[in-house]
Amino acid sequence: MIAVIDYGVGNLFSLCRSLEAIGQQPVVTGDPALLRQADRLFLPGVGAFQDAIAKLRQTGLDQVIKEEAAKGKPILGICLGMQLLFEESLEFGQWEGLGLIPGKVVPMEGVIPADYKIPHIGWNALHFPPKDRHPLLGTVQEGDCVYFVHSFYATDCDDAVIATAEYGAELTAAVAKGNVMGCQFHPEKSGDVGLNILRTFCERTW
Amino acid sequence: MITKRIIPCLDVKDGRVVKGVNFQGLSDVSSPVQLAEYYTKSGADELVFYDITASAEGRALFTDILRETASRVFIPLTVGGGINTLDDFDRVLKCGADKVSVNSGAIRNPDLIRQAALRYGSQCVVLSADVKRVDGQFRVFGRGGRDDTGMEAISWIKRCVDLGAGEIVVNSIDTDGVKEGFDLEMLDAVCQAVKVPVIASGGAGKTEDFIRLFQTLPGVDAGLAASVFHFGEIAIPDLKGELRKNGILVR
Repeated sequence: MIAVIDYGVGNLFSLCRSLEAIGQQPVVTGDPALLRQADRLFLPGVGAFQDAIAKLRQTGLDQVIKEEAAKGKPILGICLGMQLLFEESLEFGQWEGLGLIPGKVVPMEGVIPADYKIPHIGWNALHFPPKDRHPLLGTVQEGDCVYFVHSFYATDCDDAVIATAEYGAELTAAVAKGNVMGCQFHPEKSGDVGLNILRTFCERTW
Repeated sequence: MITKRIIPCLDVKDGRVVKGVNFQGLSDVSSPVQLAEYYTKSGADELVFYDITASAEGRALFTDILRETASRVFIPLTVGGGINTLDDFDRVLKCGADKVSVNSGAIRNPDLIRQAALRYGSQCVVLSADVKRVDGQFRVFGRGGRDDTGMEAISWIKRCVDLGAGEIVVNSIDTDGVKEGFDLEMLDAVCQAVKVPVIASGGAGKTEDFIRLFQTLPGVDAGLAASVFHFGEIAIPDLKGELRKNGILVR
């Protein structure tokens, strides 16, 4: 069973429909028992880091996610869900994250040239670091475009970076540390390229 | 680098696409779902569904269509038309819209933008502005381009961005339907004024119009059109090929 973690943040409609389109039957739940039973977890999220991490803590789901991650359960964070996996975020303050991947989330402002628009919104190409291709992105070709919407990005996480996007700076586009993975972009809004990434995550033995 | 987006716009009334369309391989040329799938396969980067329905029944049909489209098409969907309240935002976002565009609703109540941006984030809130030259000034028009609001367009757009609009669709009434190219002068004025993405609308008649748009105004992020795509005058794969040849980055 594949579970999409429901903690009251964001719109899960598109993610669920995209998972159905690749033959999965996702369960949307915030029930710790169900999340523990699930074979794989999606951690979605849009909006503010502070609100999202607060909601995970209020519901106790932060502990569930950490425990399941420690047991080796595959977890895919998407967009803000990916950012939550890191140790901390400097989005309008300083907030502690789940700490499953070393690194932090920082504003793009001041890092990218002033004439670049923020948020980074639209289709941008994925590039791969000079190391073995991570299996999550095994179906992706260098230069394939995916859909981004974000104003903050993950940094100081070199070891975990498995793809980047160029936007006046090299932005972290996807990360992985063992069974914990994340995409800054929206695979559920990235056409066939995105669906293939979701399929890999759902079907591969991690 | 971020690519330039090509966005077909579908006008939907009572659950059907309004402007006649004619493509091979489409069994039902006025089915929004089929047309959305067709455009997605052709390489459209985003779709706009514009609800021009007036009746409550039509509204319900529209959300059914939206839900079905969003279950089959996995690229960003923007919805506009009849968005006047936060409940309207809620209604279409729940059915799979990624962004919601406001026009007359924001003219009547600019605070709608602020409230929607607070609740859903700026990335979700698109201001659509119908703009026309009046007495040497860019003027905002409401109610589908019928009413002169008397407001100067650039300051209106800036105000909406300050309130939280995350993207601007600039529809030039002066060039709309003329098919002789986008309104570069108007678009340039908007690009100079705001730092959020700007989507050009109104005037596309041929491939060269898109090339000129993106070459002349690097600040424009996307080109939106309806009839030239629906009538097959421009095929999106060909358009993207030509843009690429001219050094414009596309997906």
